[in-house]
Amino acid sequence: MLKLAAGAGLLFMHLPILLIFVYAFTTEDKTYQWPPPGFTLKWLAVTWNRADVWEAMRLSVKVASVSTVIALVLGTLCAAAVSRTRFFGREAISLLVILPIALPGIITGIALRSAFNLADIPFSFWTIVLGHATFCVVVVYNNAVARFRRTSGSLIEASMDLGANGVQTFRYIVLPNIATALLAGGMLAFALSFDEVIVTTFTAGQQATLPIWMLEELVRPRQRPVTNVVAMVVVLITFVPILAAYYLTRGGGNTRPPGN
Amino acid sequence: MIQTAVEFAAVSRHFGDIRAVDEVDLRIAEGEFFAMLGPSGSGKTTCLRLIAGFEQPTAGQIHIFSRAMAGVPPYRRQVNTVFQDYALFPHLSVSDNIAYGLMIRGQGRSMRRRAAEEALELVRLPGYADRKPGELSGGQRQRVALARALVNQPKVLLLDEPLGALDLKLREQMQDELRSLQKSLGITFVFVTHDQGEALSMADRVAVFDAGKIIQVGTPQEVYHRPRNAFVADFVGSSNVLPAHLTESFTGQSCPASLRPECIRFVDTGGCLVTVASVSFLGSATRYTVLLDGTPLTVLSDNAQVAAQPGREVRIDWDNERLHCMSEGHE
Repeated sequence: MLKLAAGAGLLFMHLPILLIFVYAFTTEDKTYQWPPPGFTLKWLAVTWNRADVWEAMRLSVKVASVSTVIALVLGTLCAAAVSRTRFFGREAISLLVILPIALPGIITGIALRSAFNLADIPFSFWTIVLGHATFCVVVVYNNAVARFRRTSGSLIEASMDLGANGVQTFRYIVLPNIATALLAGGMLAFALSFDEVIVTTFTAGQQATLPIWMLEELVRPRQRPVTNVVAMVVVLITFVPILAAYYLTRGGGNTRPPGN
Repeated sequence: MIQTAVEFAAVSRHFGDIRAVDEVDLRIAEGEFFAMLGPSGSGKTTCLRLIAGFEQPTAGQIHIFSRAMAGVPPYRRQVNTVFQDYALFPHLSVSDNIAYGLMIRGQGRSMRRRAAEEALELVRLPGYADRKPGELSGGQRQRVALARALVNQPKVLLLDEPLGALDLKLREQMQDELRSLQKSLGITFVFVTHDQGEALSMADRVAVFDAGKIIQVGTPQEVYHRPRNAFVADFVGSSNVLPAHLTESFTGQSCPASLRPECIRFVDTGGCLVTVASVSFLGSATRYTVLLDGTPLTVLSDNAQVAAQPGREVRIDWDNERLHCMSEGHE
């Protein structure tokens, strides 16, 4: 009975995704008709030749890449500060950093939008990046903080003791020890940014990222299966990094030598 | 003439209101095996970190081989440390761990490899070059940490409770090995421990720390037999402390005196009459607690004292020269 319920739950969650894949190959382009009257590969070609798809795709990749880079730098620095030193308000800062991911996206969106308005900042590529960076930082920070905690603090001292200065210590000791955590955090951040809709709608001007473009396509469809083809690509682009991140943090865990 | 390896002149290190190290003066000679002994929080580890350069003194001067160390970072000191948790780099192989210092100094790969293998021979761990630290036992990791420090040929080797994580048998074996290693290399070893047995058996000289100050510095024999105050007497081996009025009745001097348990013997006649309070069998010896005029004294004796049962009256005696007069000092 329980197995049946679990099976039904899984079906309910994943069947719609399969449907999206199926409709990417249908010959019918106005409505979602079941069963599809026929199958064709022509939508792949059509999608390939649509300039607006490419433009949205380029923007999304750019936004996700830049946000991820910003998150990697800020998240790592913040994690290092919180886990390596003790200072007044450390716990509060830790909480404040994590907050954006707990906050509903719509709040982040509205807050950023009114802040941009107030400061007279025109909406642009950079406002989208800023919006995305707020939650991307969290993902990187969380991964890095967990790794810093598992890394023995005396490693850095040992490295200095053996003659390495700060830069050398970072390069030979700190970076190799947190690299997989950063890679995992970065991939998650990229995936999160890539399919973000809510914050983007509030912080984007005229540009449309890929998810926004898809939303618009669904509202006023032309060549409906094109959206499905794009959706399929999005699934692949976000799913692979998340899966990789999962395996990286699970496998590369043994940073502190086990005790006796 | 023997050089001074490490010198502290009125060195203090405060953490906020806490005086972790409080105006410490210290001279460690070149080639010496020097132990810093004290309970946790007594400042001995902070002293070690001051030598290593992980801490800077709040006040005072530190010299290493006559060079002032103010503002000199750890990576510019000819000093290496064996850390309490060994701090081996988990992502590097044993040989890369050992050769880390050489790599930083720009030595070539084949030279580093050879040096690492020689160092592994030195600490009696040959053939482990390609393992990862995670695959080693506690004792093996300890040896790797030692090799990693020694391969840099430091002028002073610092050891922070290096044997603390090892089991008893291994610890005794490593004590002997460390000692003979130090003698053969001739490097100055500065060694922090809270284990008085370790300090007494290994060191040439021992500094006893309490509350950020050095209470006494001396050879193990001096510190053991002539403790400066009751703290040293009690911390370095267990000791009886005779109150001043009792000491006076034996020696004529009015001062509290230490008397080691093994210096007291049971006698049939003479000596003084005491009541046995408790007896505990330790294996190689038996420990008795007796009451002399209301003062409890510990007696360590061989196992033949059948007469001494709890509640009985027996006679004990000692040589009065074993009574060591101490300054009043703090408890």
